[in-house]
Amino acid sequence: MVTPITSSSLAAPMEKSAAPSKFSVHVPASSASAGTADTLIEIQNLDFYYGSKQALFDINLKLDDKRVTAFIGPSGCGKSTLLRCLNRMNDLIDGTQIKRGSLKIRGVDIHGKDVDSIELRKRVGMVFQKSNPFPKSIYENITYGLRIQGVNNKARLDEVVEKSLRGAALWDEVKDRLHESGLGLSGGQQQRLCIARTIAVEPEVILMDEPCSALDPIATAKVEELIHELKKQFTIIIVTHSMQQAARCSDKTAFFYMGKLIEYDDTRTIFMNPGNPQTEAYVSGRFG
Amino acid sequence: MKRFFDAELEIFRSNLILMGETSIRQVRDAVKALVEGDVALADRVIAADDEIDQLEIRIDEEAMRYMNLRAPVATELRLVIVGMKASHDLERVGDEATTIAKRAVRLAAEPPLKPYIDIPRMATIALEMLRDALDCFLNGDTEKALAVVRRDSEVDAINKQLYRELSSYMIERPATTTRALELMFISKSLERIADHACNIAEEMVFLAQAKDIRHREELKKG
Repeated sequence: MVTPITSSSLAAPMEKSAAPSKFSVHVPASSASAGTADTLIEIQNLDFYYGSKQALFDINLKLDDKRVTAFIGPSGCGKSTLLRCLNRMNDLIDGTQIKRGSLKIRGVDIHGKDVDSIELRKRVGMVFQKSNPFPKSIYENITYGLRIQGVNNKARLDEVVEKSLRGAALWDEVKDRLHESGLGLSGGQQQRLCIARTIAVEPEVILMDEPCSALDPIATAKVEELIHELKKQFTIIIVTHSMQQAARCSDKTAFFYMGKLIEYDDTRTIFMNPGNPQTEAYVSGRFG
Repeated sequence: MKRFFDAELEIFRSNLILMGETSIRQVRDAVKALVEGDVALADRVIAADDEIDQLEIRIDEEAMRYMNLRAPVATELRLVIVGMKASHDLERVGDEATTIAKRAVRLAAEPPLKPYIDIPRMATIALEMLRDALDCFLNGDTEKALAVVRRDSEVDAINKQLYRELSSYMIERPATTTRALELMFISKSLERIADHACNIAEEMVFLAQAKDIRHREELKKG
């Protein structure tokens, strides 16, 4: 019997691809699109507040290891808030509080008293909407995190710089000007420099908060290509307002509305046959 | 929220319905022309095939334009995909109706081989299947769509029976061969029309539920 090649078997290079079922309708959607993956992050019954205002309501979500998960939803729906909970960036905002629930990474509650938020942010890196390279050279941008960890061996630092810049698909463009300012790069290059800086400290998770919203289509395509490559090594969670970006880049998609998780499923299901009419309205642009 | 391009999808749907209604009319008229020996009606069927062809082209154009410019997802994406596939099936239904009409013209010049009983019966079932498949498009009734798929075997059975019967005619009375062959091909056309109705019904299940039920023998058996 001829075994059809499926896009899902191409999309999950880390997995041994299972033989495609003869009757695709019987294949559970989760295994059909992204293969099976371990849960890395588990969010349970999470209620989050900015002062007295509740921003997240009873969020329950399991995020897969070495997969890309997209958070989508209208402005103010809580997707960025949840993203920032994952590396405790909200700790930096006065009056924020998790009143109920937990966020666990590999079973460890990251808001536990024993957890050092600085250490956590080494494991859970973040790329922001607007690229924010340090006003230093490209080389120093990459090595900054390692230097504050006490790594000063030049050979080791050189190695990490090259590896990180290659990992961020930037090496060929900057290898001859590593000691020039990172601020001299184009917007797209700066964003990839920030990604390189993030992966230099070898995190497990990379959070991306609208990483392409300030980029032109070519730079966006490069970052998306990079996301596709990086998921072989990292777990990526991306907040995006671009439906097409979520569809192109992610394995799973979570749709939020007014602080609630409305639907979470394989991206192909969310964009082909969402279970909730609100999700359908949002991804179709009929929302509001 | 209404979007400024929602009307485009409505036009797309309307054209698909129009194509379905036109195809049904063509099959009905082609069989009527055969049974009543009405050459003028058969000629009208042949001439009207172009209407269906033009609708197919228009539906394809609209679908490609919509996918290109509106980036549809979810139900809309399924509608556009299914619309293109169903219009292709309906265009083939129109071709089969034309084939029947052409053969009806030739048969009208000769005495009938036998009373027309099985062919109108096949046509009635095939037309009901087409009608039900189109109803699924209008109301999303997937049970009805599955019933269409199951009915295909009824048409297949009559086709086989007619094949055997007409083969006997040809063996026993070789002078009937030409007419018997014409009827065999007409029977085959109706069987194909039922197949297209099944395809459309399956496409409507995909439209309603995003489930691909093609090539599932157990569904055909019920």
